[in-house]
Amino acid sequence: MSECHSLSAGHRALAIRTDAPVIALAGQPNVGKTTVFNALTGMNQHVGNWPGKTVEQKRGVWSYQEVEYTLVDLPGTYSLTSNSEEERIAREFILNERPDVVIAVVDAANLERSLYLVAELLLLPAPIVLALNMMDVAEGEGLQIEPHVLEAALGIPVVPMAAGRGRGIEGLRSTVARLLRGELPYTPQRPVILPAHAEVLEQVTALITPYLPTTYPQPWAALKVLEGDSALLELLQARLPAAPWQSLQSLLHKHEDALLDIIGARYAWVARMVRAAVAQPPTGELSWTRRLDRIFTHPLWGSLSLLAILGAAFGLTYRLALPIQGWLAAGMAWLGTQAEGWLAPAPGWVRALLVQGVLGGTGMVITFLPLLAIFYILLALLEDTGYMARIAYLMDTVMHTLGLHGKSFMPLLLGFGCNVPAVLGTRIIESRQGRLLTAILVPLVPCAARLAVLGTLAPLFFGTDAVWAMMGLVLFNLGLVFVLGIVLHHTLFRGEKVAFVMEMPLYHVPNPRTLALYVWHNVRAFVQKAATVILVVSVGMAALSYFPNGDPLTSYMAQLGQALEPLARLMGVPWPLLMALLSSFIAKENTLATLGVIYGDLNSLQNLLTPAAALGYLVAQMVFIPCAATVATLRQELASWRITLAVIALYLVLSLGSGVLIYQLSQLW
Amino acid sequence: MMSLENLKAGQKGVIAGLHGGHGVVSRLATLGFTPGVQVEMVRNHGHGPVIVAVRGSQVALGRGEAAHVILVSLEGA
Repeated sequence: MSECHSLSAGHRALAIRTDAPVIALAGQPNVGKTTVFNALTGMNQHVGNWPGKTVEQKRGVWSYQEVEYTLVDLPGTYSLTSNSEEERIAREFILNERPDVVIAVVDAANLERSLYLVAELLLLPAPIVLALNMMDVAEGEGLQIEPHVLEAALGIPVVPMAAGRGRGIEGLRSTVARLLRGELPYTPQRPVILPAHAEVLEQVTALITPYLPTTYPQPWAALKVLEGDSALLELLQARLPAAPWQSLQSLLHKHEDALLDIIGARYAWVARMVRAAVAQPPTGELSWTRRLDRIFTHPLWGSLSLLAILGAAFGLTYRLALPIQGWLAAGMAWLGTQAEGWLAPAPGWVRALLVQGVLGGTGMVITFLPLLAIFYILLALLEDTGYMARIAYLMDTVMHTLGLHGKSFMPLLLGFGCNVPAVLGTRIIESRQGRLLTAILVPLVPCAARLAVLGTLAPLFFGTDAVWAMMGLVLFNLGLVFVLGIVLHHTLFRGEKVAFVMEMPLYHVPNPRTLALYVWHNVRAFVQKAATVILVVSVGMAALSYFPNGDPLTSYMAQLGQALEPLARLMGVPWPLLMALLSSFIAKENTLATLGVIYGDLNSLQNLLTPAAALGYLVAQMVFIPCAATVATLRQELASWRITLAVIALYLVLSLGSGVLIYQLSQLW
Repeated sequence: MMSLENLKAGQKGVIAGLHGGHGVVSRLATLGFTPGVQVEMVRNHGHGPVIVAVRGSQVALGRGEAAHVILVSLEGA
């Protein structure tokens, strides 16, 4: 692999581009990459998706000595083999976009694991700066690391950091700038394959070289082919003529053991670097993580702590959010009354659209935000402390009954905030079957919007018993997750075996900035969605209930609702409630908006329904078709209209069926 | 021959090899489960997933995945 040193693309970049450099940020999960990203860019960041992909892409900007640097956050991955979409995205960005520098973040407290990715990155055509992060954690564990020795051993710039405490950020900025100006030596020492496979590597190189895309460095590609990299082999199968393709296949077949040899050689290289850099190994003292895990991963205490922690998280969310929600609602109501007064001279339809439509819709979004923000703060805490991985470990056995594994629990938990990120969160599940099944089950997890509707309607229907009704309804939904999951697991998704392999990160103190940005991004994404969809629907509903002659009871909405009367009667509810249910397809909160438009004051719903009809109606509400935004996300993630429509049909039948069934059964007694 | 899933909590072993499909072997090896490396069982309840210490970090594995990892020797607990 001496050819590696002839990879000059990096050096070319060093000499020429200092005008508007593009920097990529790479690193394994749990090495503090997000904290480094936030520390470098501050609030100058933009969250989007990778082109044509559903993996989140963050870009940011920083200025240093009058040069503006664009930072692209690559997905956190353990390696750069094509096992997952994240890994493909990360390496394709470096191969095709040729960033001027790649910052590789590693965990100083866990060098042996986190340097592995660097062993892979060094073969790609971009110069690397090593961000030796979490130096504070390493010191806390009694590890003594010598950055200069590591720098000499690696032959690339090394910057010691504790990004969570703001240490090393300026050093990283100046190192990147100096490397780009060619002021720093760059002589990377790359891992070398064992002699046993050196010959076959040459043969592979000779076979594939004429057919490689020009952006792919040969030594890297040959090594990846020998590792059996599926994406690269697929590409070569399309490009190679039959004869060389067959020789390649028989060659790979004979050397299947090369995979372990190559990965082993990388780890041997990593071990050499670690031996050089670590002056004093950690004291034998039991780490904090091990001590905490004696409780948190214990079969009994672990499960009890999980129940207590999740219970406290939900309790806290509602305890804190509900009063704020009440104040905001009161404020919006006052504003509505004022607006009616100001708009008194305007025509009736203008008043209806502005007050009920625009102001009503805005109010719904605003009153809903505290709940969402608090939920995301707590979720970010669970994630950033490292506890989320313990949840996945503890839930693995339970999730196995559904043919899923522990990681599937995380997107389901996310669903309590909003189903859209929950469906996106199924990405962390490696197998397509597991991802599909989890995504199909997500809509059964009541999102904050549905819980808000429940929280408003249940007290109107059930008075003081509302708490019990609400708990029962939420448990019913969660029970359905299992019933539906088990049924699907044993029918359509039979025999799926999923691999559960997950690192258990060290516990650490959460970083306030990382938390704040996580919450900010998620709440903003919700507002952007809500601001458009909910507002448009709210105005549309206001229009439908005003026209043609200004009376809700003879409006277009009423005409449509009366057509649905027979179904409503089966459920034992008046037609406006059915209309409200149907409008929740657009956004769950619309149930309240529609009822508000038709009834004016929601208090008139009190004692309107029999207990059975009320229960049936709320069950129907809780399992109704996921909202439009979730359906759109499902369609995108499942990549199939057929399955998406099947999911819609499933929940439509389940929802209306339960509503009708509960009411009709009550009529029998 | 003994596989990782049979290791009791607190016991150590050395990896002899991995068997199974390319995907799972690749993922396990990437996380540090390569021949010659020493592993220590941290949690093993006899059912459900296990937690293994390998190369300075801890990894949770399903039992099925742990069974793909073959050990050479066993040091007393």
